[in-house]
Amino acid sequence: MRRVVVTGIGAVTPLASGAQNTWQKLLNSQSGIKSIDTFDVSDIPAKIAGLVPRGEGDGLFNAQDHVSIKDMKKMDDFIVYGVAAADQALEDSGWKPETDEDQEATGVLIGSGIGGLPKISESTELVNNGKTRRVSPFFIPSCLINLVSGQVSIKHGLKGPNHAVVTACSTGAHAVGDASRMIMLGDADVMVAGGAEAAVCRLGMAGFAAARALSTGYNDTPTEASRPWDEGRDGFVMGEGAGCVVLEEYEHAKARGAKIYAEVAGYGMSGDAYHITAPAEDGNGGFRSMRNAIRNAGLNPEDVDYVNAHGTSTPLGDEIELGAVKRLFGDHAQKMSMSSTKSATGHLLGAAGAIEAVFSILAIHEGVVPPTLNLRNPSEACTGIDLVPLEAKQRKVNVALSNSFGFGGTNASLVFKAV
Amino acid sequence: MSDVADRVKKIVVEHLGVEEDKVTENASFIDDLGADSLDTVELVMAFEEEFGCEIPDDAAEKILTVKDAIDFIEKADS
Repeated sequence: MRRVVVTGIGAVTPLASGAQNTWQKLLNSQSGIKSIDTFDVSDIPAKIAGLVPRGEGDGLFNAQDHVSIKDMKKMDDFIVYGVAAADQALEDSGWKPETDEDQEATGVLIGSGIGGLPKISESTELVNNGKTRRVSPFFIPSCLINLVSGQVSIKHGLKGPNHAVVTACSTGAHAVGDASRMIMLGDADVMVAGGAEAAVCRLGMAGFAAARALSTGYNDTPTEASRPWDEGRDGFVMGEGAGCVVLEEYEHAKARGAKIYAEVAGYGMSGDAYHITAPAEDGNGGFRSMRNAIRNAGLNPEDVDYVNAHGTSTPLGDEIELGAVKRLFGDHAQKMSMSSTKSATGHLLGAAGAIEAVFSILAIHEGVVPPTLNLRNPSEACTGIDLVPLEAKQRKVNVALSNSFGFGGTNASLVFKAV
Repeated sequence: MSDVADRVKKIVVEHLGVEEDKVTENASFIDDLGADSLDTVELVMAFEEEFGCEIPDDAAEKILTVKDAIDFIEKADS
């Protein structure tokens, strides 16, 4: 089977625009979570979110750097974020296909958990108020999940496979995993893969709040709200943004002298077959997805140095994942590090697996593991494992595993390895 | 230039993201100003909004240039 490596990374997150900008803030234990001030939340119990910092200047997100004003109305924010993260990843990789052959060998697979919820919400309002004629001709293509991949392919002339994943909060991980397989099987030599999400709107907040999934106890201290494994955790914090990687066949990357961050060594999937929103109590779904990924990589659990956990800061989910990790890794759990970067970014839903893939890749590339913020009072189950509380930690990471679990009981794990 | 013409041109500049001096009266939305079929639908909606009129689909199909738009709106106004 052909080997697949990562040669470019991009991220638009609540911490910053840019993978390195985000990474530096993450290592400095900064949080991207703040009070929502862009729309009314007076009647919604959760009033905070991880929002992409906008403006001009280094690390701030300026949509017009990536999308013209004319094209902006053709894209809901999740597409704009996805296009931006793909721009960054492609630029970082130095891959600019110009011949027919190179363009046809380069594909895009960027997913989203939810898609254009803000635009759906706005347009519904028009229709319900008798203004059907005011519905934009761009409404549908501005909401469709596969239009991130579509827009990226149009912008960069990428004519290989054009695909999209929709698996709730596992989307980003599934996208990276599926794209790597397309390269392994020869469908493409290069794939731009990732996830994008921007569902922080009244409808999105109301929906997740109704599902009792969100943190509501830290509205006055937003940066403390996302606290995976901490006794005081009370739900996840919504986040928005996008993550992208450029995946490339190993020999192709070597031949053009590309910078290689890490290898996509393994990919594992599973289904809980249990409940629409709650994880199976025995953690069996997460257990099998991790086990499958490690087996697919041809490695043993003892080879893993760092786990980027799904760890969303929900009372139920965090400990179930921890239990599955302990069961799979046994004594080795004491020797590795595991952290949840959602403590700093919030939960980017369909983009989470993609930005966390970027963090796992950077942990390998830079020899440092990012922290779990706000983990001051670990719950009882947390003994015997390093959850990297509060501060980043220098350590050599040869193999990193990243977990993503989604509504519907869909699980994906990725294994990255130093090259 | 009439008030209607000014307002039409302003909308075209904003919606199609083109330079003001390219928006001459004879400019075709699709051939000269880079619009596609969806852009023209949206442009017609913007005219309706700005001038508070309704442009039926069969009339909208005949609005191909800046001048076509100005003429239609001036006629609808009078």
